[in-house]
Amino acid sequence: MNLFSKIVIPVFIVFVVFYGFKKKINIYESFLEGAKEGLIISFNIFPSIIAMVFAINIFLDSNFVYDVLGFFSPLLKFINIPIEIMPMAILRPISGTASLAIMNDIFINYGPDSYIGRLASVLQGCTDTTIYVLALYFSSVGIKKIRYSLGVGLFADLVGITVAFLITMLFF
Amino acid sequence: MVSYIWFFLILIGIIFSFFTGRLDIINDSILTNGQKGLDLMLSILPIIVLWTGIMKIAEDSGLLQKFAKLVEPLLSKLFPSLPKNNKALGFIASNIAANMMGLGSAATPFGLKAMSELQKINKDKDVASEAMITFLVLNTAGVTIVPTTVLALRIAHGSINPSEIILPGVIATFCSSLGGLLLDYYIRKRRKKL
Repeated sequence: MNLFSKIVIPVFIVFVVFYGFKKKINIYESFLEGAKEGLIISFNIFPSIIAMVFAINIFLDSNFVYDVLGFFSPLLKFINIPIEIMPMAILRPISGTASLAIMNDIFINYGPDSYIGRLASVLQGCTDTTIYVLALYFSSVGIKKIRYSLGVGLFADLVGITVAFLITMLFF
Repeated sequence: MVSYIWFFLILIGIIFSFFTGRLDIINDSILTNGQKGLDLMLSILPIIVLWTGIMKIAEDSGLLQKFAKLVEPLLSKLFPSLPKNNKALGFIASNIAANMMGLGSAATPFGLKAMSELQKINKDKDVASEAMITFLVLNTAGVTIVPTTVLALRIAHGSINPSEIILPGVIATFCSSLGGLLLDYYIRKRRKKL
């Protein structure tokens, strides 16, 4: 099963590059052009990363999670969920950058190969930022009544996050 | 919404540490947070740049479009309210294809075009149509095969096997999409009956 994880990226890259070469496009130029776009994207997300790392770290360093939410700690421990992951699970549907900042913090404190590090990785990848996506897409066409979309979107997140917890326990 | 979250994170953090005597730590935290943010950015930047480069090749060579064509018939089943050969379907397919390959930012322009096509055939311009909701459920569930930023950050923090989370991630994201789509389908069915 681990094999799939290992080969997916190399196989994908070989396939893309080979396909481009066969189609006789200038793959090197295409790459550079795309890479430039990536640089612009990074440039654009940098302010939000600084903003979120700032806020998240104040929140985490205040020990609020341990002192207040620590109340639930025995229950969470019982089902094998580390409490440090909870802020990330809660913030994942609201802000992708916020959960990224928490994941970064988890990697710094526990390392990416720890149980919680793996859990954070699966959690970050398993769903997109529902609230951001809905706001962006609906406002782009002037929709005012979003009906049951938020409910269904958050339900999908809940399913994703639950499965992320279960699957991490199973795999690692 | 994000404004509120940001505000409360800072407010709770500072007030709580005031009452628990952790102000020194918060002071330290505020002053070093900028560096943490920069480090985070620097560790994900190279992979974003590399991956957008690779994906540009997929786009320019027509591979992305070909993949989109492949998933289109499957998608049309999810959108029964769309007329045949509607342009929206192609954009939706491209959006999903780009999302799958971990290219959220390249997916967005396709997604916006899909929304404007869906709005053209929407009866009430203020109210979200069923097709729009199905599309966004699919989009927010975020079917991702290659989670680029996660991989980049794992590498930056010295993971021995950074890609080991790909398969579990794919399973989780698949379940999330399936769950969302099933609930969406159920709600649509029930509304029809009423």
